[in-house]
Amino acid sequence: MAEPHFQREIDRSHMMVSDEVAIQISQMNKWYGTFHVLREIDLTVNRGERIVIAGPSGSGKSTLIRCINRLEEHQSGQIIVDGTELTSDLKNIDKVRSEVGMVFQHFNLFPHLTILENLTLAPIWVRKTPKKEADETAMYFLEKVKIPEQAQKYPGQLSGGQQQRVAIARSLCMKPRIMLFDEPTSALDPEMIKEVLDTMIELAEEGMTMLCVTHEMGFAQAVANRVIFMDQGQIVEQNNPHDFFNNPQSDRTKMFLSQILGH
Amino acid sequence: MSPTQSDSIAFVRSEMLPQKPAPVSEAGAIRWLRENLFSSPLNTLLTLIGAYVVYWLVTHSLPWLSHSVWTAGSVSECRQIITDTWGADATGACWAVIRERWSQFIFGFYPWQMVWRPVLAFVLLLVAIAPVLFSALPRKMLTFSLIYPLLAIWLLWGGSAWTELVVLAGFVLGWATYVALSKGSTLIAVIAAVLVPILWWKFAAAPTTEVLQNVISLSIPKVSSSDFGGFLLAVTLGVGGIVMSLPLGIVLALGRQSDMFLVKSLSVGFIEFIRGVPLITLLFVASLLLNYFLPPGTNFDIILRVMILVTLFAAAYIAEVIRGGLAALPRGQYEAADALGLDYWKAQRLIILPQALKISIPGIVSTFIGMFKDTTLVVFVGLFDPLKGVPDFVRADFNWKGIYWEPFIFTGAIFFIFNFSMSRYSMYLERKLQRDHH
Ligand SMILES: Nc1ncnc2c1ncn2[C@@H]1O[C@H](COP(=O)(O)OP(=O)(O)OP(=O)(O)O)[C@@H](O)[C@H]1O
Ligand SMILES: [Mg+2]
Repeated sequence: MAEPHFQREIDRSHMMVSDEVAIQISQMNKWYGTFHVLREIDLTVNRGERIVIAGPSGSGKSTLIRCINRLEEHQSGQIIVDGTELTSDLKNIDKVRSEVGMVFQHFNLFPHLTILENLTLAPIWVRKTPKKEADETAMYFLEKVKIPEQAQKYPGQLSGGQQQRVAIARSLCMKPRIMLFDEPTSALDPEMIKEVLDTMIELAEEGMTMLCVTHEMGFAQAVANRVIFMDQGQIVEQNNPHDFFNNPQSDRTKMFLSQILGH
Repeated sequence: MSPTQSDSIAFVRSEMLPQKPAPVSEAGAIRWLRENLFSSPLNTLLTLIGAYVVYWLVTHSLPWLSHSVWTAGSVSECRQIITDTWGADATGACWAVIRERWSQFIFGFYPWQMVWRPVLAFVLLLVAIAPVLFSALPRKMLTFSLIYPLLAIWLLWGGSAWTELVVLAGFVLGWATYVALSKGSTLIAVIAAVLVPILWWKFAAAPTTEVLQNVISLSIPKVSSSDFGGFLLAVTLGVGGIVMSLPLGIVLALGRQSDMFLVKSLSVGFIEFIRGVPLITLLFVASLLLNYFLPPGTNFDIILRVMILVTLFAAAYIAEVIRGGLAALPRGQYEAADALGLDYWKAQRLIILPQALKISIPGIVSTFIGMFKDTTLVVFVGLFDPLKGVPDFVRADFNWKGIYWEPFIFTGAIFFIFNFSMSRYSMYLERKLQRDHH
């Protein structure tokens, strides 16, 4: 069993899972053409949960979390986010997207805008926040991810780790209630992974509801309250991290863990 | 101070080496020559051929250019002067024709006492495009850029200024409608903002103009489109075409990418049709066929007709250039915009188009340059372009019969100045955006 490589003490005082449901997915199916990529997904996420989604490549992890903010459309079943069901109704989609922040593997910052403009764009144009207020919020979150001095630079001038932290701050500026992460550290050099994970841990400490696709099992053990294992478009196993890692039930999970943890 | 720790095989540098100057063979003119002109046998051969071509060009054109005659009343007088000065078989350039007739090359048959109007329009054009071209200038100047087109139309063609003001009122109405409705659905606001001005122009504009004109007359003498010619015509068509084709090209490029079947098919059909047909054909359509489609008796200005067709032509090409720019953007940009809750139009305007247009600058400017040169084709629909229309007219004068090179060179030089400026500007813009973003 690999040790989590987070030496710092994690403050769990605000990490509380409430009874309130944040995301409710039931019998959801999705196809790409004839390829059945997500099969009968049932998943309930309560407010304050920190969920790590793991699984082999191509198992549908990205597709699942991208369905939650409708970057991908599901074809059957139900997805309810914060009480709003995702249908083709644009109003609902807008509503859900404004509640849900997303961080991508490749950051997807807007290269033609400064860091500050990246952060204030959506608050100003979507939330109609006055510019001054948006700037203040942006600076607050830049301080939080520890790069306020980069505000006037362009994304291309920042390191990968800095860019990913900006991307997290950009999502936070919309004051989301749920954050989705799709392999936020997979495109980073090893020395930058930690700074991004630290930022994510801080977010978890503040009680943010998080769904995170990641191969960082140390992060899962330290922060997650639930680990979900997917294979071939299905949820194969879910458990608390301790039991998931120490006592996996299904053979697929065991095989996956032995590969990823190098046993 | 030894750079290595002695007595040990392991090496740790304790002191960095300073920079030394490069050897002579690595610096200066000799190096430049060797690297750029004589780096290999093939390169040496090409250099020699190139040098010979330059030599040939200079020796053949220099005598002709150096024997220039600037003051003469006719070709024969020119020949006489050349023979008298440089001998019987000397050749020489007769620039006197330009000196005598430059006003026709520039303004065509625009009434001479009113030529200040196109001149003023051109100067104001420079003022109007300055803030568009250079972002360092105050943004307030853009207001003038917006009203400039109507001002230019009034200055060039004359007539009652109320016509243009009433057209302007239509735009203001549309804008006001949009602002009033934009609190609700964007789509409804946009549709209303398009409909209201159209209704205004169609039904209210003509009577309003008449009433206002009767109250206060704001008229200057009219100039007919058939009096336009030379570079005045080329620049009018070129600027009009550029200003209108860029937005139309953007719309077409977005339409071609649209998920909506009808929008997509119309865009693709339009682009492919226009690109599949020679410009001349379209110009003939402008001059002849449009009359069949328009209600009899409508006098639809020939320059406006040609301008519209030139615009459509350029827009189809620009749409394809921009489509290339759109395709070059990573999908992640669209996804990030979606995830942040930006709607289609905001995502396009704030995220996608600024980047796609930046990538497309060289192609767009090439299209503009091509279009500006293509304006000379209007000679085929009876307009006096500066390349053939005006020189033909000049040669029709017995005095200037048989003069070919000089008008071509003069016109070519002016086209070159315009197009080279556009090309340099495009390079400046690319460099500036490159610097800004990375
Ligand atoms: N747009 C698409 N069209 C067709 N097939 C797709 C599309 N996107 C993904 N797929 C397929 O769907 C399956 C699931 O993809 P997904 O990206 O969700 O996997 P993943 O678990 O995130 O994998 P990874 O760890 O490699 O990111 C894969 O087999 C993939 O090839
Ligand atoms: Mg993935």
